[in-house]
Amino acid sequence: MSRSDVIIVGGGLMGCSAAFFLRQRGRSVTLLETDLVGRQASGTNFGNVRRQGRPIDQLPLANRAIETWRKAKELLGSDVEYLQSGHMRVCYRDRPENVEKMEQYAADARQMGLDLEILTGNALRARFPFLGPEVLAGSYSPLDGHANPRLASPAFARAAKRLGAEIHENTKMVSAEKIGTDWEVRTEDGRIFRAPILLITAGAWGDKIAAQLGEPVPFATLAPTMSVTEPVPYAIAPAMGVMTPVEKETVYFRQVARGNIILGGSTRAISYPDLYRAYVLPQNTVSQLQQIRRLAPALGKLNIIRVWTGIEGYTPDSLPVMGPSGKESGLFYAFGFSGSGFQIGPGVGETMAELIDTGKTDIPLAGYDIRRFAKA
Amino acid sequence: MAEPRVIAEPRVIIVGAGPAGVRAAEVLVASGVRPVVIDEGRRDGGQIYRRQPEGFTRGYDSLYGTEADRALSLHETFDGLKDKIDYRPDTLVWNISQGRVWTNANGRVDDLEYDALLLCTGATDRVMPVKGWQYAGVFSLGASQVALKSQAVSIGRRVVFMGSGPLLYLVASQYVKAGANVVAVLDTAPFFARIKALPKLLAEPGVLWNGIMLTRMLQKSGVRVMTGVKPLEILGEPETGVSSLQFEAGGKVHEIACDAVAMGHHLRPETQLADLARCAFRFDAVTRQWLPVVDADGRSSVDGVYLAGDGARILGARSAEASGQLAAMTLLSDFGIAASDRWALRQAVANYARFATGLAEAFPWPHEQIADLADDVVLCRCEGVTVGEMRRVDAREANRAKAFNRVGMGRCQGRYCGLAGAEVLAAARDLPVEAIGRLRGQAPVKPISVGVAEDEA
Amino acid sequence: MNGRFTRLAETDRPKVNIIVDGQPVQAMAGDTLMVAMLSSGTSLRSAEFGPEKRAGFCLMGACQDCWVWTADGGRLRACSTPVENGQQISTSQPEVTWPNHG
Ligand SMILES: Cc1cc2nc3c(=O)[nH]c(=O)nc-3n(C[C@H](O)[C@H](O)[C@H](O)COP(=O)(O)OP(=O)(O)OC[C@H]3O[C@@H](n4cnc5c(N)ncnc54)[C@H](O)[C@@H]3O)c2cc1C
Ligand SMILES: Cc1cc2nc3c(=O)[nH]c(=O)nc-3n(C[C@H](O)[C@H](O)[C@H](O)COP(=O)(O)OP(=O)(O)OC[C@H]3O[C@@H](n4cnc5c(N)ncnc54)[C@H](O)[C@@H]3O)c2cc1C
Ligand code: FES
Repeated sequence: MSRSDVIIVGGGLMGCSAAFFLRQRGRSVTLLETDLVGRQASGTNFGNVRRQGRPIDQLPLANRAIETWRKAKELLGSDVEYLQSGHMRVCYRDRPENVEKMEQYAADARQMGLDLEILTGNALRARFPFLGPEVLAGSYSPLDGHANPRLASPAFARAAKRLGAEIHENTKMVSAEKIGTDWEVRTEDGRIFRAPILLITAGAWGDKIAAQLGEPVPFATLAPTMSVTEPVPYAIAPAMGVMTPVEKETVYFRQVARGNIILGGSTRAISYPDLYRAYVLPQNTVSQLQQIRRLAPALGKLNIIRVWTGIEGYTPDSLPVMGPSGKESGLFYAFGFSGSGFQIGPGVGETMAELIDTGKTDIPLAGYDIRRFAKA
Repeated sequence: MAEPRVIAEPRVIIVGAGPAGVRAAEVLVASGVRPVVIDEGRRDGGQIYRRQPEGFTRGYDSLYGTEADRALSLHETFDGLKDKIDYRPDTLVWNISQGRVWTNANGRVDDLEYDALLLCTGATDRVMPVKGWQYAGVFSLGASQVALKSQAVSIGRRVVFMGSGPLLYLVASQYVKAGANVVAVLDTAPFFARIKALPKLLAEPGVLWNGIMLTRMLQKSGVRVMTGVKPLEILGEPETGVSSLQFEAGGKVHEIACDAVAMGHHLRPETQLADLARCAFRFDAVTRQWLPVVDADGRSSVDGVYLAGDGARILGARSAEASGQLAAMTLLSDFGIAASDRWALRQAVANYARFATGLAEAFPWPHEQIADLADDVVLCRCEGVTVGEMRRVDAREANRAKAFNRVGMGRCQGRYCGLAGAEVLAAARDLPVEAIGRLRGQAPVKPISVGVAEDEA
Repeated sequence: MNGRFTRLAETDRPKVNIIVDGQPVQAMAGDTLMVAMLSSGTSLRSAEFGPEKRAGFCLMGACQDCWVWTADGGRLRACSTPVENGQQISTSQPEVTWPNHG
């Protein structure tokens, strides 16, 4: 049996970055991961490192995260292919009311230190000549970007390990019980781990663990649709996305330095978290390609060479569960990032480490309290 | 065995119009079923009985040699079936999901529901990377045959055939007969491996005899034939391509000037669709490949999905015909349509399997040579990833390695790098190759355009 | 004409003319685009991740090494596309302004 200051359950970006920042603070850490680190949502997502579009009161967390993304290479000792090449959010002519929303958002975001530029008409076309005729306006964030999700979490895990974190892959937690002041965590293969603090960063599996611990959360697990094109000359720097209330229309793309263009969004599939599997539905791929052509018609000439998906956990209000338990001392949650956890990931890890280490944080977390789901 | 699923007119889809698919369609039609037959090729025939384009005039003997009668019979059978089946040539099946196949024909996507799906997807070359194999002028062995059969061209003016397996000798001799300049046939298998495998090869004496005649014919024509070869390097220039080939044989280093190299180590089944249909796989120690699980009658592990021909396991063209018939009969009986005695076909397939094991032993996959490749050899041609990058990757499993170094992530989806990559990683981690696992198949099995349009139903 | 491929038979077919990198190239009806191009040239395209030229590998639509660009920015898999009179093909990557020509 092993004992440490903190046990982290779940080795996605949240768990791995939390382990890293806890070690930086000198706390001993044991991280348990069913599979290999960063193979689930954190390793399969689109890779947007985008602050714009997040709820305004999430921007402090996003700003904290971007600091880490920017220095990731030095901090972690390996490249996660972070490219600060901008992010562009556009809306279509059939929803002109979105322009006003974009302008309002830009004004609010400026207060929080995020500068956005609204582009329309000729200025928009001159800057982004590849946008389709239906595009009406765009909001450009020059200091956002994108990174390689396949590399990010393993890089945090390796760095945490170098600092002394214990990382157990192929280790699934099956139960956790408070015995005295310690949490006793049992794994599928019968091992027992103890710590006074337990942090649940189990992504799309977080609701099951929370329910086991007496704090059920309404939850859906879905599989977003991803595709990638063949490599073509590197021509499109910013990540591009559509702002729309319609799921089908919500597509985005980014070109990586090697030339491939990653396509994401449109309709999502059901997933099978118990089997750790999700499958791309072909009809979703077809719908995604249609919508991508609206956004950037020239992409219609390229080929996609591969599709994939991953399992993501969604809450009804699309906000994560993040912060202390409403019931037990020494228990913390950070899961259910509802399709937008990648950018803030390093900020989540750092904030949870701060909260665990010092008992407080200046980052606003009130909206993410698990008690918001407790029955009234 | 499960109760028959009685459906008056089951919707049957066959993917692949090679020997396996054609014979399966024939059996189904004879029982009154009208299958959909989908093939991405312009014409039927599959690989071995590939038909040349309309307007070409070479006769069956020149195209198919000793197999001319079989080719003719297969083509005539298929021509006779055309109005009794729903034949969709030039149509790629790019995904399978929820009981439907998804097709792409000329940029239009469509989906078709099935009660039973018979996958007869055939094979592609298994290749061993060699330093310089990324140069223009290096082709797969199968490619060199396609060039000749369907286009009447040679892949070069001085052609070297390198690799192992019966196809190596066959294609080289077809080149010689067609008047191409074959400078050498270099076999990585040592000659004694063939002697050892003789008892199993005697399962098919006719095929064995044809093989022996081929080697004699090559030698008589003055082609240098060498066994026990270790390829060293394909030399050339980035701009102009291959200029020569270096290899070791009999303890000496040789260099042969050439402008084309055809390389192949036997074949590997095209299993992506079986994977997308969620069929279970097993590791086959004889060929060191992962194969879809299939019972003696052609059933996969998934209800309603059947596998036949080289797409299930490399047993050759004759076995493909037999296993296509067998799977179709099994399907008919599973759906309560017709029951016939399958014993003889089962026996035939088992016999081909014995022969195929003999071939695998006579012409082994040189996995030790692959484990030995230098760090700077390109392993993945699509993404330009080297053997050294595979050795250094922080992974012990194929899909994890792919996530980090992109081997298997490129345009070919790992068809040409997956098997060699697993050997390199296994050797570097000191693990058995089966522990490395297999690259999971992902749609689309071949690229589709972002511009695809949906068919208005 | 010094191509990579050499024709061994079936040489009585009607001629077809295409343009490769701005130069006229003669081929034969029934050729694949790949055979048309490699009967007079030595490669189809440049590799994205290496210095070398590529000329395809499998000829059966499996390796995807033979995709070429059409003059108007379209994609064709040369080994499985029949040659057509008047086809305009480029063996190099398009300019970085490619996305602007939807
Ligand atoms: C296809 C896709 C596209 C996305 N695109 C974007 C995007 O562009 N931008 C963005 O910001 N976000 C995006 N997201 C969301 C983002 O990826 C997630 O919000 C984020 O990665 C969540 O990280 P996580 O660490 O909470 O979850 P995960 O990465 O899923 O990690 C949770 C881990 O917990 C482990 N685990 C579960 N149960 C147990 C147990 N009992 N014991 C031990 N371990 C356990 C799992 O194996 C898993 O590794 C996308 C998600 C998906 C799936
Ligand atoms: C290039 C090559 C050359 C060969 N030459 C010989 C030879 O000369 N002599 C010999 O004995 N054996 C040869 N073989 C072995 C040969 O594979 C078998 O002998 C025989 O052709 C197998 O028959 P089959 O019906 O299983 O598959 P095949 O004949 O390969 O037919 C499979 C068919 O499925 C189609 N298909 C596959 N995937 C899809 C998809 N996703 N969507 C739509 N259609 C699809 C293909 O287009 C193909 O027509 C060769 C194999 C290859 C790969
Ligand atoms: S040469 Fe392999 S796909 Fe064309």
